[in-house]
Amino acid sequence: MDDLAAAAVEAALAAGAAYADARAMESRAEVIEARNGVVEAVDRTERIGIGVRALIGSSWGFHAVPDASVAAARRAGAAAAAIARASAVVPGRPLELAPVEPVVATWSSPVEEDPWAVPLGEKAALLEDVTATMRAHGADVGIASSHAWETRKWFVSSEGHRIEQHIRECGAAMNATAVGEGETQRRSYPGIRGQYGTRGWELVRGLDLPGNAARIAEEASALLTAPACPSLEATDLILGSEQMALQIHESVGHAVELDRILGWEAAYAGTSWLDLAQMGSMRFGSELMQITADATLEGALGSFGFDDEGTPAHPVDIVRDGIWVGVLSGRDSAALAGIPTGGAVRADGFNRIPMVRMTNVGLLPGSDSLDAMIAATDDGILMDTNRSWSIDDRRLNFQFGCEIGWEIKGGQRGRMLRNPTYTGISPRFWGSMDMLGNEREWTFWGTPNCGKGQPLQVGHTGHPAVPARFRGIRVGVRG
Amino acid sequence: MTARNALADGTAVAASVLDLVRARSADAEAEVEVRSGELALTRFANSFIHQNVAEDLSAVSVRLALDGRVAAARLDGPLERERLEQLVAGAFEAATVSPVDPDWPGVASPAAAATVEHWDEATADASPDERASQVAAFVAAGGGLETAGSVSTQAVSVSFATTAGQAITGRTTIAALTGIARTPTSDGVARQASVALASIDGQDAGALATRKARTAADPTDIEPGRYPVVLEPSCVANMLTFLQNHGFGGRVVEEHRSFVRFGEPQLDPALTIRQDIEAPLMVGVPFDAEGMPRATLDVVRDGVPLATLHDRRSARKAGVASTGNAVEGPNSFGFVAASTVLRAGERDLDALVGGLERGILVSDFWYTRVLDPRTLVVTGLTRNGVWLIEDGRVARPLRNLRFTQSYAEALAPSAVLGVGSDLALFPEGHDSAQVVPSLHLASWNFTGGANG
Repeated sequence: MDDLAAAAVEAALAAGAAYADARAMESRAEVIEARNGVVEAVDRTERIGIGVRALIGSSWGFHAVPDASVAAARRAGAAAAAIARASAVVPGRPLELAPVEPVVATWSSPVEEDPWAVPLGEKAALLEDVTATMRAHGADVGIASSHAWETRKWFVSSEGHRIEQHIRECGAAMNATAVGEGETQRRSYPGIRGQYGTRGWELVRGLDLPGNAARIAEEASALLTAPACPSLEATDLILGSEQMALQIHESVGHAVELDRILGWEAAYAGTSWLDLAQMGSMRFGSELMQITADATLEGALGSFGFDDEGTPAHPVDIVRDGIWVGVLSGRDSAALAGIPTGGAVRADGFNRIPMVRMTNVGLLPGSDSLDAMIAATDDGILMDTNRSWSIDDRRLNFQFGCEIGWEIKGGQRGRMLRNPTYTGISPRFWGSMDMLGNEREWTFWGTPNCGKGQPLQVGHTGHPAVPARFRGIRVGVRG
Repeated sequence: MTARNALADGTAVAASVLDLVRARSADAEAEVEVRSGELALTRFANSFIHQNVAEDLSAVSVRLALDGRVAAARLDGPLERERLEQLVAGAFEAATVSPVDPDWPGVASPAAAATVEHWDEATADASPDERASQVAAFVAAGGGLETAGSVSTQAVSVSFATTAGQAITGRTTIAALTGIARTPTSDGVARQASVALASIDGQDAGALATRKARTAADPTDIEPGRYPVVLEPSCVANMLTFLQNHGFGGRVVEEHRSFVRFGEPQLDPALTIRQDIEAPLMVGVPFDAEGMPRATLDVVRDGVPLATLHDRRSARKAGVASTGNAVEGPNSFGFVAASTVLRAGERDLDALVGGLERGILVSDFWYTRVLDPRTLVVTGLTRNGVWLIEDGRVARPLRNLRFTQSYAEALAPSAVLGVGSDLALFPEGHDSAQVVPSLHLASWNFTGGANG
């Protein structure tokens, strides 16, 4: 397949490209979904094709073909160059890609138990059983799913890259919904989207879905009659690590994408409140806040060997001691910003252009614990498991809802609360963080459905997170 | 491959896949869908083209049932004989070990769909230069303001066949332009979408976005609270999506998760919502992912919810016929709302604004998420232009606002004060589209400023 990618690159160069790269890919995905004790879907998808980028002057072109022949590869290369030439009708400023050492390499993600070797019947039985258990314990609707992905890609660039990667990912999710008179309540496990990693089926076995099915069903039912989260202008808020992963993803991860900061997503995904001129000096949060983007974390969902521009995976500091110090970037955006590439450019398939995506954007752990936070809180609310998320197009104003909350009084966890929500302005919110969970609570949450780009791409991102406490937060926003 | 050939080839591929199924089992039920075409999109930002992509589309999917054991397999790739054989073999392997699905509804029998074809040959053949020239016109109309957006063309042919004898084809083209013009303190937006690229006018769109950006410049805050609003069509499209997803799907109704009280005057009598693939401005193909004809029906008539939207599974459970709203693969709602039209009124946007004594005009909603599906409370923000209106005129531009509002409540009886005549098309991929006007609503709950 790397010969196909090479043929595509050669064709783009022959058609006038100054730089070209191509990814030949073979990938497959499997999703199994059960509902109320019945498997409703066993879907498998295979994708084969080549995507080519060509750069002429400052203008890019991309063309993809669902084909694995040399002729198609050449056709795609020439078409990419023709599209780049059309882009030059409305050209940008001169562009030199940030330098990357050409690499000839292979990389495979480590896997203990190949998800594709696990019998389909075994996976289906697991999902049937846990959804039946949820129904038996009071859920009106019990849903469970498993996903597995396998990607082989061959990257070739006109600068001499030849990289082969083999990446396997998997995970599972389940949720129980209880339907009341006027509303519904849902509990999910292990998180709203489940849990996913660049790992094998050992990840799913370790989740212990059967051991948690009854509990979440009972919690969903209990939430129907729980008191509502109070509306308070300011209270102490403790977030569990799953909600922290969402908080990091939405209010930090997207905000530090350099393409957004440069305005490239202005008409669609949005921009960022961050100003490059302030990188290195602007306070993003409290001194406890240490955020990295690290694609080398073993098993995390945003891990890989090389990004889709051939840049080796490496950790990038994003926030250090509360100061904003870094961004997620690729070769073109980094060049325009005058910084080295962050190696954070990926595409979700052969037919999509590589763009700036989160890798594993997460918080480094602190020294406290969830128990210590509760014990240290006289009057506050604990929330966990994301239920809704909304944030403005500059990634500044957010309002997030969780599935479940608990009252904290006098250092004790008290009553369960339904419909907990909180809202804030990003730097003020992060600036109020005064306690952070420890390394034992550090969880590499995986988000398998990060949407960005036109045409839409669905990215896989990782978010190491721990519980944290925030002071003076507005909660309980009502409709 | 010409579009006509694509249909012919797709039909042949679908037939050959069914032959492969029958060769393995005379009793197997199967449905096959073949898609081909081209999708192209030219994006611009900072007033230059920064991403410009095109892809050839070639995909075949098969769903198979062996004595109620169901599995689906899809190939995005070369439709070669050997790969099709592997596809079918994989589907058999998966179905053989799958549990029996007691709710399997079977595959579609022969049924004719509407003969409408939303297709424009020139759009199917559109070049990157044509898309770039639309971008150039939009940028030039910006008059020096920074601009951003996209121009896209799609041409998709679909062939569908089942072992029960259904065989149906359709095709659609879609052209769309979305762009913003930007001042240092504001954005203004314009959108155009049509079956034909020739109907897109980058210059007009750029001029409108520029006017709106200039009138939105230097915004100020307003006290959060409840205000009457005029919502431009993109906001209304957003509301309709939530309304249908959480209220009208067969699955949510069956599971008692819907907020809808069918047969009761739950919404304002000014609201009539139809599913109609043959409506003016509409795009898409006249059948769904199960090969079922897209039914033409009133979902809401004069404020009274009437119809539940079904795929074959939920229809079987409800004991009714599918309405042609199936979506491929697992889907949390179990259906897709498609070909939706909100009946237009007689007043244009200016007239709706003129009817506001004191209220807020909103161009776009952004990042809307449901807080509870049973009450349809949604939170989100405004975007791309929001203005305070006093005595029917723009008093001043406003900074973006966050809202937390029940969409069902906002559309309840007496809550709709005006329906616009400005129908606009909002395509969603190539399987779903809405045609909606602006709305004047009595009350909207703004819960804070976007800047805190």
